Amino acid sequence: MTARLCADADDAVAGVRDGSTVLVGGFGMAGMPVALIDALIRQGAKDLTVVSNNAGNGDTGLAALLAEGRVRKVICSFPRQADSWVFDGLYRAGKVELEVVPQGTLAERLRAAGAGIGAFFCPTGAGTLLAEGKETREINGRLHVLEYPINGDVALISAHRADGMGNLVYRKTARNFGPVMATAATTVVVQVRETVETGAIDPETVVTPGIYVDRVVKVADHA
Amino acid sequence: MSHTSSRAPGQGPLSKHDIAALIARDIPHGSYVNLGIGQPTLVADHLSPTAGVVLHTENGMLNMGPAAHGDEIDPDLTNAGKVPVTELPGAAYFHHADSFAMMRGGHLDICVLGAFQVSARGDLANWHTGAPDAIPAVGGAMDLAIGAKQVFVMMDLFARDGTPKLVSECSYPLTGLACVNRVYTDLAVFDITEHGVSVRQTFGIEVHDLADRLGLPLLTGSPR
Repeated sequence: MTARLCADADDAVAGVRDGSTVLVGGFGMAGMPVALIDALIRQGAKDLTVVSNNAGNGDTGLAALLAEGRVRKVICSFPRQADSWVFDGLYRAGKVELEVVPQGTLAERLRAAGAGIGAFFCPTGAGTLLAEGKETREINGRLHVLEYPINGDVALISAHRADGMGNLVYRKTARNFGPVMATAATTVVVQVRETVETGAIDPETVVTPGIYVDRVVKVADHA
Repeated sequence: MSHTSSRAPGQGPLSKHDIAALIARDIPHGSYVNLGIGQPTLVADHLSPTAGVVLHTENGMLNMGPAAHGDEIDPDLTNAGKVPVTELPGAAYFHHADSFAMMRGGHLDICVLGAFQVSARGDLANWHTGAPDAIPAVGGAMDLAIGAKQVFVMMDLFARDGTPKLVSECSYPLTGLACVNRVYTDLAVFDITEHGVSVRQTFGIEVHDLADRLGLPLLTGSPR
């Protein structure tokens, strides 16, 4: 099914169910799909598992979704930041579950989900707290940890430009988790700064091919 | 390699900038390098543009330039510490899975990391104090620790309470096992070798005093 251009962000996030696993792009605020998260807050889905590199900054975006009490669990690499007071408070109050995953393992588990890989052995974290309870194997003299894919029900990502096929181009380090998350969820929703006619993006420069993308919404300010 | 004393005993320990300059000098021309968040970012200030060193940032960029100021600031272009940065000619962008494949796959020559503790075997502890109320946050530390061809640590040799940070066994939770190759500190530079900890250089302290204060056997001269 080719991508649908949505009227607005509310239209783009329609139908997210309670209990969904939501992949949220961004590294800090770069590439954070703020308009889609704001729309998800209005949409009302709760009991969510959020997969993202961080656990919200300041009081907007992911932090606002957390503050609304809509997130049951966060899977991320780096929740603790100077401005992550919303998450910190909820975590210390026992109101949100946390699974900390090494950043590269998080990216690779998402990639594996999108690529149909059942599980993979990874040397990162072997012999550390984060490997406790996980199957390990020595391969070529090096200890590896068995890691499973992370599949999303929905991915919310931010890109720079989309065409009518849903082909995406990102900008600078705002690309970060977007391309892997776009492959790893059942429904992939993208906010972009600009939409162009099909054929207007040089096929050689497409980063995320439209096959992965379900819904696109143009957001004026990339807010 | 033989041990050298760069400063006479009695002269003070190195400042953070001195350590950063020392590390910058030891990075071979044309290396691909990742500088960890915190003190290691100071190394960038001491890399000459003619050194041809290419900086990698885990959030998906090679040939990262210096911090951005004023009109250069672009919210789409940050480093791993989320600080706005610039791009140099020849820069490349890539997504997170590629960025960490680059790291884990052994394509980076050197990474420089901060540490709470390093063990004599080269175990690294730099992500978690293990305190019961601490919120664990690992970021890319574990991937960097096991991924680069050489892992350099930059740290003070003693904690503020005077306890050594180069230890026989780490008491903090580990980031990676036997992954550190070299430790740059304010008082000395050490190589972690298969035979033990070898002193490369000292700054204002004699090796026997250093061994006493650390409570560790130290090798000098060629470890081979």
